[in-house]
Amino acid sequence: MELVQPAHLQELIDSFANKDVYIHLETTNGSYASHFKEGFFNAGAFIRNVVVKYELGKVAGESPHRIGLKLPYGWVYAQGITHYTLDEHGRLLMAGLDPEGKLAVSLEISETPFTY
Amino acid sequence: MKQERHVLVIFPHPDDEAFGVSGTISTYREMGIPVTYACLTLGEMGRNFGNPPFANRETLPQIRKQELLKAAEAMGIDDLRMMGLRDKTVEFENDEKMVKLVADLIEETQPSLVISFYPNLSVHPDHDATARAVVRAIRRMPESERPTLYTIAFAHNTREVLGDPDIIHHVEGAAKKKLATMNAHASQTVWMMQDMEKRLAEQDPEALKWLHYERFYTYRWDQDFE
Repeated sequence: MELVQPAHLQELIDSFANKDVYIHLETTNGSYASHFKEGFFNAGAFIRNVVVKYELGKVAGESPHRIGLKLPYGWVYAQGITHYTLDEHGRLLMAGLDPEGKLAVSLEISETPFTY
Repeated sequence: MKQERHVLVIFPHPDDEAFGVSGTISTYREMGIPVTYACLTLGEMGRNFGNPPFANRETLPQIRKQELLKAAEAMGIDDLRMMGLRDKTVEFENDEKMVKLVADLIEETQPSLVISFYPNLSVHPDHDATARAVVRAIRRMPESERPTLYTIAFAHNTREVLGDPDIIHHVEGAAKKKLATMNAHASQTVWMMQDMEKRLAEQDPEALKWLHYERFYTYRWDQDFE
């Protein structure tokens, strides 16, 4: 994965618009967060292989970026995206990594279901 | 260390065995004791991608699978089972399905000793869910047929609840294999190992204690967790 180039990422997001696409969306502090820091309120969310069709997708803000997808009846967004890649299967993988390289947020878009 | 007929190790993530059990596993193998390691997931949800990133959410499982194979080789394990569950979802699986998964492994391998986590004292939800399934599967066996169960627990209140570990294995003879196992899981351990190897070079007593001794709680059926 490379650091986000907003204009290029915007082109990639546009290329998935108005298609049925599989979404992976995840936020995480890691399962050990409240073990290492007592009292830490550990929250996160994870969805994988949910199909959506967005009419508009946008890269917003300076790094870390916000990505928002407008659906006919709703929204998907992720905050904190720093890295991205279009992988060899044509899937758009976006991630927000902290300075140590630990994943904090992930948004992925694919025309085929994610495996595993 | 006691002679065993067969040792069955059950953990949910590819590196769960590395820190506190790999010396024990390696030593059993050196004693000629068969060891089966059932690893429930591929650690797909690991967070260490590196800076700059060497992995992404979709490539991490393959990387961790290769690391697991390498770790098994380092410990001399020739019966590694990858059970195909997904990281961070073990607690949401059907409880009876989990018990059956463990019961089937026990029935097939006929272990005299099972090694896993201690239920509800093992911090990660996958650890605790695995431990619950292991305890439930063994509890259903007639007392006379139950394998011994050694558990790892590391929640902050462990000592309060369980006291001190009753089993201490001296595994200095397997130190090289233990370090090789830790290093095999590079995607998860590379930062920790840089610090650890420096401390070992300085003969830091805590680091040496970690390398040379492994500690377990024998599961006590008279103090069952549920």
